[in-house]
Amino acid sequence: MSATSTDQQAGAVRHTRQAAASSRQASRRRAHSPVHPRRSAPLTIVMVLMLAYTLVPLLWLLLSATKDGPSLFSSFGLWFGHGFHLFSNIHAVLTFNDGIYVRWFGNTLLYSVVGAGGAALLATCGGYALAKYDFPGRRVLFAVVIGAITIPATALAVPTYLLYSKIGIVNTPWAVLLPSLSSPFGLYLIRVYAAEAVPDSLLEAARIDGASEFRTFRTVVLRLLAPGFVTVLLFTLVATWNNYFLPLIVLTNPKWFPLTVGLNQWNALASGVNSGGALVNYYPLVVTGSVLAIIPLVLAFLFLQRYWQSGLTAGGVKQ
Amino acid sequence: MSDLDTPLRPPGARRGRRTSTSPRLFGLLMFSPFFAVFAFAIVAPVLYAVYLSLFQDRLIGGSVFVGLRNYGQALEDPQLRAGLERVGVFLLIQVPIMLGLALLAALAVDSGRLRWPAVFRIGLFIPYAVPAVVAALMWGYMYGPQFGLIHQAGAKLGAQTPDLLSSSWALASIGNITTWEFVGYNMLILYAALQTVPHELYEAAAMDGAGEIRKALSIKIPGLRRALLLTTIFSIIGSFQLFNEPNVLQTLAPGVISTSYTPNMYAYNLAFNGQQFTYAASIAMILGGVTAVVAYTVQLRANRGERTR
Repeated sequence: MSATSTDQQAGAVRHTRQAAASSRQASRRRAHSPVHPRRSAPLTIVMVLMLAYTLVPLLWLLLSATKDGPSLFSSFGLWFGHGFHLFSNIHAVLTFNDGIYVRWFGNTLLYSVVGAGGAALLATCGGYALAKYDFPGRRVLFAVVIGAITIPATALAVPTYLLYSKIGIVNTPWAVLLPSLSSPFGLYLIRVYAAEAVPDSLLEAARIDGASEFRTFRTVVLRLLAPGFVTVLLFTLVATWNNYFLPLIVLTNPKWFPLTVGLNQWNALASGVNSGGALVNYYPLVVTGSVLAIIPLVLAFLFLQRYWQSGLTAGGVKQ
Repeated sequence: MSDLDTPLRPPGARRGRRTSTSPRLFGLLMFSPFFAVFAFAIVAPVLYAVYLSLFQDRLIGGSVFVGLRNYGQALEDPQLRAGLERVGVFLLIQVPIMLGLALLAALAVDSGRLRWPAVFRIGLFIPYAVPAVVAALMWGYMYGPQFGLIHQAGAKLGAQTPDLLSSSWALASIGNITTWEFVGYNMLILYAALQTVPHELYEAAAMDGAGEIRKALSIKIPGLRRALLLTTIFSIIGSFQLFNEPNVLQTLAPGVISTSYTPNMYAYNLAFNGQQFTYAASIAMILGGVTAVVAYTVQLRANRGERTR
C-alpha cells in the first residue's frame, strides 16, 4: 500500500479520535458548565437509595459467602457471622463432587468465549458488509434479520431442542454454541455503527491504491470498528454467560452444564426438592458458587467501561 | 464524528462503485457466515416449529397431521390463558415502574447536580452483569423465611413482613428481581440517548430561565422518545418470555409457582415433563405471535403519536 493511502488512513483514524476526544471534552464542559452549578441534596438522596437497592443484595451475597452453614441461619445478613469461612467455602466449592464446579466454570468460559466472540465477529463482518457494500439480496436479508430481533429467544428454545435432537447434537457443546453464535441485534448495532465510523472516502482511497477489500478490512476497518465490536462482545458475553433456558433444555449430562444450570441444581439439592430432605450444607456452596460466577463479568464491565459506553452512544440509540 | 468524516460528495456518487464486481462479491462473502449461522439458529427452528405444530402425537397411529387443531386447543386452554394474563399483569405494572426508575436515574445522572455521577451510573448498571439465575437465587434466599434478610430486617425494626414467596406476593417478588436486574441497563440506554440531545437547546432554555425540571420535561423527555420506545419494546419482549426467575423460585416455593405459571414455563413443562412436543411447539408459536403483535402495536401507536404532534 502506498504512502499516501496510509497517511490518509492514519488521518482518518486521527480524525475519529479527535472527534471522540472533543465530544468527551464537550460533555465534561457541560457537566461543569455554570448553567447548573449547584448540587441537589434531594436528588442525591433519591439516587443513593437507588444505589443501595442495587448494591445491598450483592453485599449480602458477599457477606453470606463468608459464613458456614449454621451461621448463615443464625447471624444477621448484613454483617459477618461466627468466624471467617470464605476461603474454606471457596475450597469446598472447587473440590465438591470431584471439582464439578471447575468443570462448569470451564464450560461457561468455553460457551461465552467461543459463542460471544464468534457472535461478535460474525456480526461485525456482516454488519460492515451491510453498511458499506451493495450485494444481491441485501435489503431482503436485512429485513429478515431485523424481523428476527422481536422473536423471543426463549420461544425458540423448545423448537431448537426438537430440531437439534433430530440432527443428533443435543447433549453436546454444539447445541449451546450454535444458537449463541447468532446475534441479530449485534448485526444491527454494527451496521449503524459502521455507517458512521468507516468513511466511504477511505475505502475508495484504498481501492484506488489497489488494496484488496479484505486487506483494507483487516488493516484499517477493524480498528475503526473496535468500539462497536467490544460493545457487541460485551452484550453477547452477558447473554452467553447468563444463558440458562437453552442449556437447561439441550443438556442433560452434568459434565456439559454451564454454571447457571449447575448452581440451580445445587440449589434444588439444598432445598430438598428431589432428595426429599433439605441438605442445608449445600447453601454455602450455592452462595459462594454464585459469588464466583458473578466476578468475571463484573470485572469485564468495569475494565471495558470506556468501550461499552461509547459504543452504546454511537450505535444503540441514534437511528 | 460523522460531520468530520462524511466525504464531501453528493449521495448519489456512491453508485459508481456498483459497476465493479469485486466489492459486491466481498460484501456477500462477509455477510454469508453470519447468515448461515442465523439460518441454522433461528430460521430453521422457527420453520420446524411451524411444521410440528400442525401434527399431533397419538398413542395409536403415531404422528398425525391435524392442521390448526393444536392452535384451537391452545386458544381454549385455561392454563395458557392464565399464564398470558399473568405476564400481562406483570407487563402493565413492572415495566412502567422499572422504566420510570430508569428514566429518573438517567435524568439525575445527566443533570450535573450529582456528585460523582459515574459512581451511580456504574453502580446501578452492575446487576445487569449478574446472571438471572444467580439474581433469582440471591433474592429468593433473601425473601425466604430461613435466613432471609428481609425477615431479619423486619424483625429488627419490629415490623411484620409478609411471606414474599406466598401466592399473593410471588408475582411482585419476581417483578422486583427483574427490576433489580434491568433498571441500570435501561438507565444506560436512556442516558446514552440524552448525550445526543443538542446542547444548544439547553443553553436556550437556560436563557429563558427554565429550571432543571422544566428542562427535563420539555427538552430531555421528548428527546428520549425513540430510546423510550426501544426500552419499552425490549421490556415487553422480556416480560412475555419470563422463565428464568419463576423457574428458579419454583425450587424455593414449589407449591406456589405452578408448572404453567408463565406461558414459557408451560411450554417447557409440556415438552419435557409431559412429552407433548407438538402442542408445546404450538404454544411457543402463539407466544411469539402475541409478543410480536404487542410489540408492533406499541411501535405503531408511538409512530402515529409522533406524526400527529
